[in-house]
Amino acid sequence: MSHAASPSATGQRSFWQRNQQTLAPWLFLAPGILFFAFYVIFPVVQSFNLSVYDWDGLGEARYVGLRNYEDLYWEWVDRDAFYVSLKNNLIWLVLYLAAIPAGLFIALFLNQTVAGIRLYKSLFFFPFVISQVVVGLVFTWFYDPAFGLLNVVLGWFGMGPVNMLGDENLVTYGVILAGLWPQTAYCMILYLTGLNAVDPEQIEAGRLDGAKGWRMLWHVVLPQLRPATFIAFVVTIIGALRSFDLISIMTGGGPFGSSRVLAYYMFEVALSEYGFRMGYGAAIAVVLFLIMMIFIVFFLRSMYRDEKRG
Amino acid sequence: MRFTTKAMIVALTSTTLLAGPVSAELTGDLRIFLDTSNPAPRATMEAMIGRFQEQHPGLNIETTVIDREAYKTQIRNFLTANTPDVATWYAANRMRPYVEAGLFEDVSDLWAEPAIADNLASTKGALTIDGKQWGVPYTYYQWGVYYRADIYNELGLSEPANWDEEKANCAKIVASGRACYAIGTKFLWTAGGWFDYLNMRTNGFDYHMQLLQGKASWESDETRATFANWRELIDMGGFLENHQSYSWQEALPFMVNGEAAAYLMGNFAVAPLREAGLTDDQLDFYQFPMINPDVAMAEDAPTDTFHIPANAANKEAAREFLRFVVSAEEQTEINNGKNLGQLPVNAQSSVDDDKFLNQGFAMLSSNSPGGVAQFFDRDAPAEMAKVAMEGFQEFMLKPDELDRILAKLERARGRIYQ
Repeated sequence: MSHAASPSATGQRSFWQRNQQTLAPWLFLAPGILFFAFYVIFPVVQSFNLSVYDWDGLGEARYVGLRNYEDLYWEWVDRDAFYVSLKNNLIWLVLYLAAIPAGLFIALFLNQTVAGIRLYKSLFFFPFVISQVVVGLVFTWFYDPAFGLLNVVLGWFGMGPVNMLGDENLVTYGVILAGLWPQTAYCMILYLTGLNAVDPEQIEAGRLDGAKGWRMLWHVVLPQLRPATFIAFVVTIIGALRSFDLISIMTGGGPFGSSRVLAYYMFEVALSEYGFRMGYGAAIAVVLFLIMMIFIVFFLRSMYRDEKRG
Repeated sequence: MRFTTKAMIVALTSTTLLAGPVSAELTGDLRIFLDTSNPAPRATMEAMIGRFQEQHPGLNIETTVIDREAYKTQIRNFLTANTPDVATWYAANRMRPYVEAGLFEDVSDLWAEPAIADNLASTKGALTIDGKQWGVPYTYYQWGVYYRADIYNELGLSEPANWDEEKANCAKIVASGRACYAIGTKFLWTAGGWFDYLNMRTNGFDYHMQLLQGKASWESDETRATFANWRELIDMGGFLENHQSYSWQEALPFMVNGEAAAYLMGNFAVAPLREAGLTDDQLDFYQFPMINPDVAMAEDAPTDTFHIPANAANKEAAREFLRFVVSAEEQTEINNGKNLGQLPVNAQSSVDDDKFLNQGFAMLSSNSPGGVAQFFDRDAPAEMAKVAMEGFQEFMLKPDELDRILAKLERARGRIYQ
């Protein structure tokens, strides 16, 4: 269109008219970029900066160099709070992934046409809708050593009472189990939408070729669910790394700090009733950020590749 | 005669002049922040502020009540920005960060006034940092052992006077299938109360304070002796099982149901125990027994306080409010059984006629020669308190790990008190 314009007209066109095509996307992106810069990038930089200071949130901040990281290192060597938090974060990362296959199988199970299937789907999705606080409380009561349902059920099988949230070796698994309940529902809903998009002709073709059961699932259905699997991975890993609410509600990090994860430890050190060490908290946040960064880079790369291919 | 009349007139004028500034009309806004969010204390405070308002109709009082737990973190924000004129907090080390950051107003002038200097002397130490006073107390309460008198009678036990009697009692209670002590350590501080008493009885008040201020070692023989005493009760099975899963309130039913015979707690535990149906015949109180006869008895008596933030706008009205709060009449009123149910800080006020308040008052005024501590997490710096109380909980569950726990606390001491 612009090529069709006469030379004299081109000279009169304003800067805006000339650059409209290039500027418009930036203008539309501007609010988002601005907010992202101000609420994400800027605080990240600030946290990095804060992590080399000793600051109680009230008085003067004192520059201490890498002291905070050194303290973290010694906590690691001494098998202290930081070590426990990091270890629990890894357990969370690995076990939380169980939500993906669990969600897939529930989705496959629910992906049929029976009377009232919508109701069943809603019921399975229910835990994701209710607040994490409620999930935490329900599971706390479930595990309660005095009147909890868990010990009643274990009693039927002649198994001993366990104090899930009071035992330093079991507590993290207990909390993860509570977290898996809503997370499985989330993965399920992702797969249910994914299953809607599975091509029935390919299933048909597979069936003609004699595929069924596991082989059908593995070679025909799953490849088509790849986008859903990818999203499920992303939300589950991010969810595992930022696990905080359940720990805060169910155990408060206890007993004696054995269910802490990095996010909770950071909160305790910097922001809780007994916390005054903003710099130390920031150092923990930086470590958590770097761990998350590994996954974020991985995800961004595979997304970028997919985009290019598409 | 003329002379006397003249003297009288002079006297009258001078008193009027003296009274003048006090009754001068206060104007402007007075913003009060309270952490008394439980229903009963909240009503008490609001009624008290109502009476203050009646005396000063020209003052526009605005009261904000904040949830007690949330208050502990919010105070850091509101002391620096959008500051109230009066705020509640806690005495001793717990106020130190704000004093050192210059966020609390020095109110030594109030403490120099005879009405306060003469009547509040007993709590002055708890409000003093660097020789100045930074607030006024409004209530305090005793700690001690609340026990089921009916269970003690059934087993033929009497209130223990020393550690041997204590252990003998506990052995009999355990043999009857009960726990000696209800306790819920989920939020850690309850274990701090146990350590306070065991350490003050084993090593005395002064050593306890040295330890909490970082001047004594966690790995010293004295400290180890405290833990050895503690361990005797743990090994006996004296404490409620699974205490790490309960808050202090969640441990109360065990005492009410008779599954635990006693509870080392603050006086605030009496109200819920009575509400749960225990009568005053079933519930009684004794002072934590003597362990080491060579050290004087000392007690925990946490004090709750009012402060004027340094950035407050209406400090004149705030000072008047503080004077009002600690006055003998108000102290009698707000601490009576219908209100806070605790001990008044003013020596001129009267203690409500309540079994536990009377015993507590008698104990603190005549049987605590060693000193009065605030509480573990108010006397020790917050960070140390957190690490240590976590260690106490771990010790109560795994007493064999004591060496490792103490080493950890000693390392924390090296870092925190530099």
